[in-house]
Amino acid sequence: MFDQFLLICLFFLALSILAALYRVIKGPSTPDRVMALDNIGVNLIAGVACLSILLRTHAFLDIILLIGILSFVGTIAFARFIERGVVIERKRVH
Amino acid sequence: MSPNDVLLRTVTKAAIVIILTFSIYLFFGGHHNPGGGFIGGLSVAAGLVLLFLAFDIETVRKNIPIDFKKMAGFGVLIAVLTGVSSLFFGEPFLNQTFGHFHLPIFGETELATAVLFDVGVALAVIGTAITIILSISEGK
Repeated sequence: MFDQFLLICLFFLALSILAALYRVIKGPSTPDRVMALDNIGVNLIAGVACLSILLRTHAFLDIILLIGILSFVGTIAFARFIERGVVIERKRVH
Repeated sequence: MSPNDVLLRTVTKAAIVIILTFSIYLFFGGHHNPGGGFIGGLSVAAGLVLLFLAFDIETVRKNIPIDFKKMAGFGVLIAVLTGVSSLFFGEPFLNQTFGHFHLPIFGETELATAVLFDVGVALAVIGTAITIILSISEGK
């Protein structure tokens, strides 16, 4: 019973990732695509959590934190590229 | 109007502690859990990249005065020396051993010499990743 519930959760998470993927492909501007990629990262975290309950293991819990860190760093890098044009600056501006 | 990223810098100061603690946990948990030298080194590199993003290269290099090229070479040297050191005990190359010791705080602990090899791998991974990122970002 609980397993079917988790499978339904995974189905809707996959549906949400597909909706965000539509925004990544179709999105008119670059910030739309970056936000959609960040959303995909969050949905992946939820998917890994559901899968780790489904498989009854706690070996995937490190992956959850790692996806969170990498998604955060990636989004910050994209945001800096959009805003400044450079990702890593040489010198402090102010 | 000069750009102001006080939000990013404050969040980075809080998050870098969590990221480095998590990478040390991944490094030492690698013997019995998922993790190890490679992923521990890569998450340290991710934390350093976050520092480079929030601040700039000169500030971070001034506060962390480490030559990352030397760090990569030092890691490879440690990995090779732990392999060679087993030859002095009449064992094959890269042989490893472990034992149970009684430590003051941790109590009964299992210590393995594979951790020393993992230290070498982690230092090589951190040095290589940061060197690649810094030399890409400095090219004009």
